[in-house]
Amino acid sequence: MKQRRKERIDRGTKARSDDIFALTSYREMLYVAVPPVLPVIALLVMPLILPPYWQKVLLQTTIFALLAISWDFLVSVGMVSLGQALFFGMGAYVAGCLDHYAGLPIWLTIPLATVFGGALCTVLLLPVLRLRGVYFSMVTLVLPLMLERIIEATGMLGGTEGLTGIKPFGNSWVEMYVVIIVLLIALFGFRRLVTTDYGLVLKAIKDNDRSVMSAGINIYWMKAQALFISGSVGSFCGAYITHVYMFVGMPDFALDYSILPLASAVVGGMGTFAGSVMGAFILVPLSEALRNVGGLRIVLYAMSLVVFIVLLPEGIFHYIQRKYQQFERWVEVEG
Amino acid sequence: MNEATNKTNEVILSVQEVSKSFGGVRAVVGVSFDLRRGELLGIIGPNGSGKTTLVNLITGFVKPDSGSVKYEGQDITGWMPYRIARLGIARTFQMIRPFAELPAFKNLIIPLFSPRVKTLSGGKYGDLDSVAKDLLEEVGFERESSVTYKAAGSLPHGYLKRLELAKCLALRADLIILDELFSGLSIAELASIVPIIEKLMVEGKTVIMIEHRLRELFRIANRVVVLNYGHAIADGKPSEVMERDDVKQAYLGTE
Repeated sequence: MKQRRKERIDRGTKARSDDIFALTSYREMLYVAVPPVLPVIALLVMPLILPPYWQKVLLQTTIFALLAISWDFLVSVGMVSLGQALFFGMGAYVAGCLDHYAGLPIWLTIPLATVFGGALCTVLLLPVLRLRGVYFSMVTLVLPLMLERIIEATGMLGGTEGLTGIKPFGNSWVEMYVVIIVLLIALFGFRRLVTTDYGLVLKAIKDNDRSVMSAGINIYWMKAQALFISGSVGSFCGAYITHVYMFVGMPDFALDYSILPLASAVVGGMGTFAGSVMGAFILVPLSEALRNVGGLRIVLYAMSLVVFIVLLPEGIFHYIQRKYQQFERWVEVEG
Repeated sequence: MNEATNKTNEVILSVQEVSKSFGGVRAVVGVSFDLRRGELLGIIGPNGSGKTTLVNLITGFVKPDSGSVKYEGQDITGWMPYRIARLGIARTFQMIRPFAELPAFKNLIIPLFSPRVKTLSGGKYGDLDSVAKDLLEEVGFERESSVTYKAAGSLPHGYLKRLELAKCLALRADLIILDELFSGLSIAELASIVPIIEKLMVEGKTVIMIEHRLRELFRIANRVVVLNYGHAIADGKPSEVMERDDVKQAYLGTE
């Protein structure tokens, strides 16, 4: 029986730029340079040309892209988190408290909240580092919801009212570009990190943690470090948004901050970070654009999510990358 | 000279009366043996006799219910696996799961990254990629051949076994525990992997091999321990042990 099978062949330029790096013309250099450079330029130019409302959407999108990156990083170490809201809310509250109670300036609250927020999240999750798979996920899902209820019940840190009157950035250009530059650093930083020896060890934990342990590596210490890195990125997002909205409160632990980053990374394509960013830049503006639709907004949104995942389960980024780097043709094979 | 002889005779691993039950199943029952530096010990026994559990007890993946394990005089009973590995005990797994997406040589980055290797190389890591490629050559990957760069998940079985061996070498282990290394290998593959183990012995390493392929094992082992239903029923030279009636019975069943 004859069967048809898709054959994939690397494009010449891709092969030559992979490890031997023998590029011979401007055309080939462009082929290699355009994919990373074009989005960077687009991201830097966008605030200059977008109307004010869409600038706010861009800001939101960038935050969700960062959260998606931090989610994607944890997954690559084998920890599937359903609670990026924990990281986000923790950063938001640390920054809010440092501003409200200690009166620290904004250029101190955000870095401090980034580090301490990440550290607090790591400490909170330390007892469950040994849990694997869905057990770890369940705990991460529950923790932010629990913290939210604790604040509601005890009325501490502003209780249900939250803390208001947090200092704003003051300059909207600074506000916009701070988060864009952090996103670019995170994107290229994480892409670099996972190819270092340290990153390889982290990824190996996901593949086979027993084998990593028999190599004399303390996987719990490595996982804690990964949690700290991911938690810090999430905490930065929370701290930043606290200063943008000049408010910190219970909504900072909302489920949105857990689910949307996850959806972005899955739709965009996991394991590349670029996919996470791409996913966020599709889903967040889409959700805004659907606002005009009214009542059916959530239905349409959910349907488009399903369409993305069913049509491109590998993720949009992986799909585009494949099309860009490889020829495809149908060949007949003996079945 | 005198010191060297002492060193070769020294007991490196001492397993005393270790037992482990899983629920109602007594997987390992009061097993004891001493292992001297430079020995090649085979652990044999029918399926389910507790061989892999014994290895897991030594390497810390399973904590014993009772008994003790000493390595170089230090009590390591109940230690975490990574601490035991840092002392220089390396092991392979029966079910080989390489870091599938990584190229073969990159698999060795993980053991090379361990604190033990860092300490032994004077506190620096250096260029791990080239060290990894050297190690692969030692276990029979042809230098700069395509297999070195191939994703480990798509390596042929024989190469996977060698890769496992290379991981033990990467850790610069003194005691190497090989869990069914020979299983599934062709005669030709065996012929190329046995010399690697013989070379380890010449270098003064101590090796424990769990094996079902007795003929190949007996050619290189100085000593075997036979397990049956979790009990160590025999301990001695391969030729003597296999003459015993209880061992024959355990292997062939009661007539």
